[in-house]
Amino acid sequence: MLDLHGFGDQLLQGASITIQLALCSLAVGLVLGLLGASAKLSNIKPLQWIANFYTTIIRGVPELLTVLIIYFGATTVLMSIASVFGYEEYIEIGPFAAGVTALGLTFGAYATEVFRGALQAIPKGQHEAAIVLGMSSQRKFFRIILPQVWRVALPGIGNLFLVLLKDTALVSVVGLEDIMRKANVAVSNTKEPFLFYLVAAFMYLALTIVSMAVVHFLEKRASRGLSRG
Amino acid sequence: MELDFSVVIEYFPRLLTGTWMTIKLVLLSIVLGALVALPIALARISKNWFISGVPFAFIFFFRGTPLLVQIFLVYYGASQFEAVRESFMWPILREPFWCAIIAFTLNTSAYTAEIFRGAIQAIPEGEVEACKVIGMTKTQMYCRILLPRAFGIVLPAYGNEIILMLKASALASTITLLDLTGMARTIIARTYTPIEIFLAAGGIYLVISILVIYIFRLVEKRQNRYLGTLSIKVPDKG
Repeated sequence: MLDLHGFGDQLLQGASITIQLALCSLAVGLVLGLLGASAKLSNIKPLQWIANFYTTIIRGVPELLTVLIIYFGATTVLMSIASVFGYEEYIEIGPFAAGVTALGLTFGAYATEVFRGALQAIPKGQHEAAIVLGMSSQRKFFRIILPQVWRVALPGIGNLFLVLLKDTALVSVVGLEDIMRKANVAVSNTKEPFLFYLVAAFMYLALTIVSMAVVHFLEKRASRGLSRG
Repeated sequence: MELDFSVVIEYFPRLLTGTWMTIKLVLLSIVLGALVALPIALARISKNWFISGVPFAFIFFFRGTPLLVQIFLVYYGASQFEAVRESFMWPILREPFWCAIIAFTLNTSAYTAEIFRGAIQAIPEGEVEACKVIGMTKTQMYCRILLPRAFGIVLPAYGNEIILMLKASALASTITLLDLTGMARTIIARTYTPIEIFLAAGGIYLVISILVIYIFRLVEKRQNRYLGTLSIKVPDKG
């Protein structure tokens, strides 16, 4: 059988970090994506500019570079902001926070496009019907528009999550103790690179398969109101 | 916060050297990837389970695992085996450049194969029938109708894949290659100006992606030009 030289537990701990990172980045990214899509569809020009600038920049720069910029740059930026408020201590952000920021920003940029398409796919009649029923715009958004946007956007968001899951491996470059990093440690101790990187690969594959199953379940659930099926 | 962009100007020639390495990596992997992808796509379409099973597993593995793991598997993993180290392949597998090329090629070929498959399957059945009715041979049909048609369908998705490959090429820096990201990290180790240099590198990536998008738009316009004229020249009412 597979002999992991006692590094199995370590790898599982790494998997837990990887999952936490992916889920946190997902939450940040979904919020950014909804905000970005709303900004792009709003009538206010400066908001459109900001959203376009954000998606163009993030989608044109390698994810690894985003991670590196956030990790090494955030300290300087945060300290300069803090010094404005008279705080002069040294501030450092850890690899986890940097990873959530970088991957959340990346996910948000791609999700913006997905949500924009989904928001535009909601028929005008749905908006009108909600207004006719006397719903406030907030209530209309959360009760009528968002659940439908969710259904339309889910396949796209699911794909993005699979990409995000694989991108979490990049954060190991700045020292996060995820699957990749644990595998690196195991390799340097045992000198069996092929074995441990292959095990890591299959762990990611397993996470991918689970995610696909969850997305499939959510898609089914989100479209339960549809008659054709 | 004080940013000093004079370091960018000072080290710009070195960043360009890194850029050239990035371009070499991307071009080579894209071309090799497309060559590997075509037979995989054709095998994947097959209805025979034995023929389509292997490409399916290949595509699933390479699309389901991080590229970083794949690079490490090739670069560090291959050296674990005595047999590999003594084989004729070792001079190639020892070089980080060729390891990156192998990993990128396999990775992009898995994605490209799916794009090709989609394009071939998207050609309407009627066009195949039309070719037969006109009396074309199979070679004529493929060369004149099906492949150019698939090429037109494939273009937008393929352009995206090249940009993804460009961004993925940054991972080559993790196996000591001095591509654009690798070069930026080396410069930063000396100057300790991470924000300036990384922003400059990001800017260069952005310029290359915009160029790729622009070129693909031109080719797409040319390749699908019949679609544009169709709506103008053919009247709705016969």
